[in-house]
Amino acid sequence: MAEYLNEFLFGIYPYIAIVVMVGGSILRYDQNQYSWKADSSQLLHSKGLRLGSNLFHVGIILLFFGHLVGLLTPHFIYEPFITTGQKQLLAMTAGGIFGTMAFFGMVILIWRRTTQDRVRATTKFMDMAILLILFVQLILGMLTIPESAKHLDGSSMVALAEWAQRIVTFRGGAAEFIMEEALIFKLHIFLGLTIFLLFPFTRLVHMFSVPIKYLLRSGYQIVRKR
Amino acid sequence: MTIRAQIGMVLNLDKCIGCHTCSITCKNVWTSRGGVEYAWFNNVESKPGVGYPRNWEDQSEWKGGWELTKGGKLKPKIGGKMGVLSNIFANPDLPLIDDYYEPFTYEYDHLKSAKESKTVPTARMKSAITGKFKEKPDWGVNWEEILGGEFEKRSKDYNFANVEKEIYGEFENTFMMYLPRLCEHCLNPSCVASCPSGAIYKREEDGIVLIDQDKCRGWRMCVSGCPYKKIYFNWQSGKSEKCTFCYPRIEAGEPTVCSETCVGRIRYLGVLLYDSDKIEEAASAKDEKDLYQSQCDLFLDPNDPDVIERALADGVPQSWIEGAQNSPVYKMAMDWKIAFPLHPEYRTLPMVWYVPPLSPIQSAAEAGKLDQDGMIPDVKSLRIPNKYLANMLTAGDEAPIISALERMIAMRVYMRGKTVNGVEDPAVLEQVGMSKEQMDEMYQLMAIADYEDRFVIPTNHREYAGDGPFDQEIAFSARSECGFSFGNDSNTGTKPKTNLFGTQTHANTLSGTPRKPSGGSK
Repeated sequence: MAEYLNEFLFGIYPYIAIVVMVGGSILRYDQNQYSWKADSSQLLHSKGLRLGSNLFHVGIILLFFGHLVGLLTPHFIYEPFITTGQKQLLAMTAGGIFGTMAFFGMVILIWRRTTQDRVRATTKFMDMAILLILFVQLILGMLTIPESAKHLDGSSMVALAEWAQRIVTFRGGAAEFIMEEALIFKLHIFLGLTIFLLFPFTRLVHMFSVPIKYLLRSGYQIVRKR
Repeated sequence: MTIRAQIGMVLNLDKCIGCHTCSITCKNVWTSRGGVEYAWFNNVESKPGVGYPRNWEDQSEWKGGWELTKGGKLKPKIGGKMGVLSNIFANPDLPLIDDYYEPFTYEYDHLKSAKESKTVPTARMKSAITGKFKEKPDWGVNWEEILGGEFEKRSKDYNFANVEKEIYGEFENTFMMYLPRLCEHCLNPSCVASCPSGAIYKREEDGIVLIDQDKCRGWRMCVSGCPYKKIYFNWQSGKSEKCTFCYPRIEAGEPTVCSETCVGRIRYLGVLLYDSDKIEEAASAKDEKDLYQSQCDLFLDPNDPDVIERALADGVPQSWIEGAQNSPVYKMAMDWKIAFPLHPEYRTLPMVWYVPPLSPIQSAAEAGKLDQDGMIPDVKSLRIPNKYLANMLTAGDEAPIISALERMIAMRVYMRGKTVNGVEDPAVLEQVGMSKEQMDEMYQLMAIADYEDRFVIPTNHREYAGDGPFDQEIAFSARSECGFSFGNDSNTGTKPKTNLFGTQTHANTLSGTPRKPSGGSK
């Protein structure tokens, strides 16, 4: 049973989550672009937002790319430069710093969303749900740091990276690398995948709309022909 | 030179009675929806006052419009592209809803459901956002109506710069004017420039600035970018909204709702031709006081044969050129120089222009006689200080304002002589440098203000929108399209070329375009 569950949660569920995320996002973009937005509540309440939102966004973006690079870089690329132990220390330090940033940012964001009347009144169920899920996920992620500190040889990190790389390259047996890992890692991975699953149904879609094109626009003006 | 046409507007403040009909009809048509209760695409402010939203004119506070870099380049005041993006998580220059007002309604139901009591039940105020009771409103769109509130607060008005304002707080010296405001549909719009999504655009054919509601991602930078604070963030939809210049009406040759319903008949709509290659240069004038003139220099004489030829070559339809020739806006702004752009110092090259108001002669009562400057009373003795009007309309340059006021007074002196005394006095005309014909025409347009003279709006020529004239697919694209159709077809914003759930296999041939033999679906 445990093996079956492990296989389902870490071998199959990742694909379900990713398919829903990609397919759902395409559907929403195609069918209901009017709903595609950052959904800022700054107009109604701006106190603490400057600090909170910036801390949260900067922290979480760096965490995201940290995970992306950390998990998906094949071992042989970094091996000539640093040992896996050193890499683990790097990940723990960077994750700790950015995680702390995001943590304090989220505390402010949750404070305003739960206690400030105007923000509360305009909060949709999914706004609150995803905020709390992200917060729990962040705490789970931070809790992996003391767990990692118990074994600094990097073996755990390599196993998790192997899992991620096998998933994205469609190689079988990925879930086996998770089987023996600590529960805290499993919870963090499961909730992470769930965030992927929920992605298209939340305001998180605004991530896909990072306005890079703005920097590439020639000049400032836009004139549309019929 | 590339010639484009734009429908511009002139508001004759001399005739505005501040009735707010424009605001109300606009609201009923465009912003009577959730999330934009506080949005007034058109509002009327009593000046002097800090306006709506609070203190909007002061760009040292709100950072709207453009500024010149040290190198003389134009840059949005909220920051260049990197600056805008770095503020995207929290915009430091965004007004709060309280700078407008928290929308509210009243608990009307209580009036009929209240139990019997000694006192009459009242309908208390409730916030439209939170639904909670509010004690009383403390700010609003016409809070300073007819000089409401203390002078101390109203005198924070930005237009009092370099004016000894204290005396205008005295009852005997006070003055007032109305300022109806809407989106300026600028030639150099800073909202477009500050939109990271590229959702805001200026229409080539008539210059109207619109927000593509599907492409807007709610980064809310346009709200800060616009110095007139005429972009409103819909707090429910999370998208920005703005005055549309009633484009569906304009396309059909009808005036905007605010213009149509103006009881004072103060609004004028007409075509202006301009050289779109010179926009940047015009907006980059070093001295702010030169901006009014540099904007005027953009406009082209619609009767000049070279201009006509070039305009036709650039795709301006013949009817629009004729519209430009009869344009009341061109006459008032360019021929007679009596209309001015609102705050040219923002460098947005606004296209809603204002005729400054005349006011009672101040010194007459004191001295017992008028200061005459030749045939015309000295406009410096008007109750509204020229400097105040100049700060509003010409970046502080009083000369053009004085000239306009003199011409308007001259019109009255001349017409009074003509109709009451039966004398047409050429000396009056000479003093303000206008011909008899010009004066008669000005009188006809400003005093009589017939509907046909006020609104000269050529219909939108969609048949010219394609590469050649009468491109069937563009000219008649909307025909036989709506109704029973695939997917999101009625959506006129971002129309996806593909559709996840199937599209038509055949283009609609009722548009007159035969089906291409090779083609399947387009």
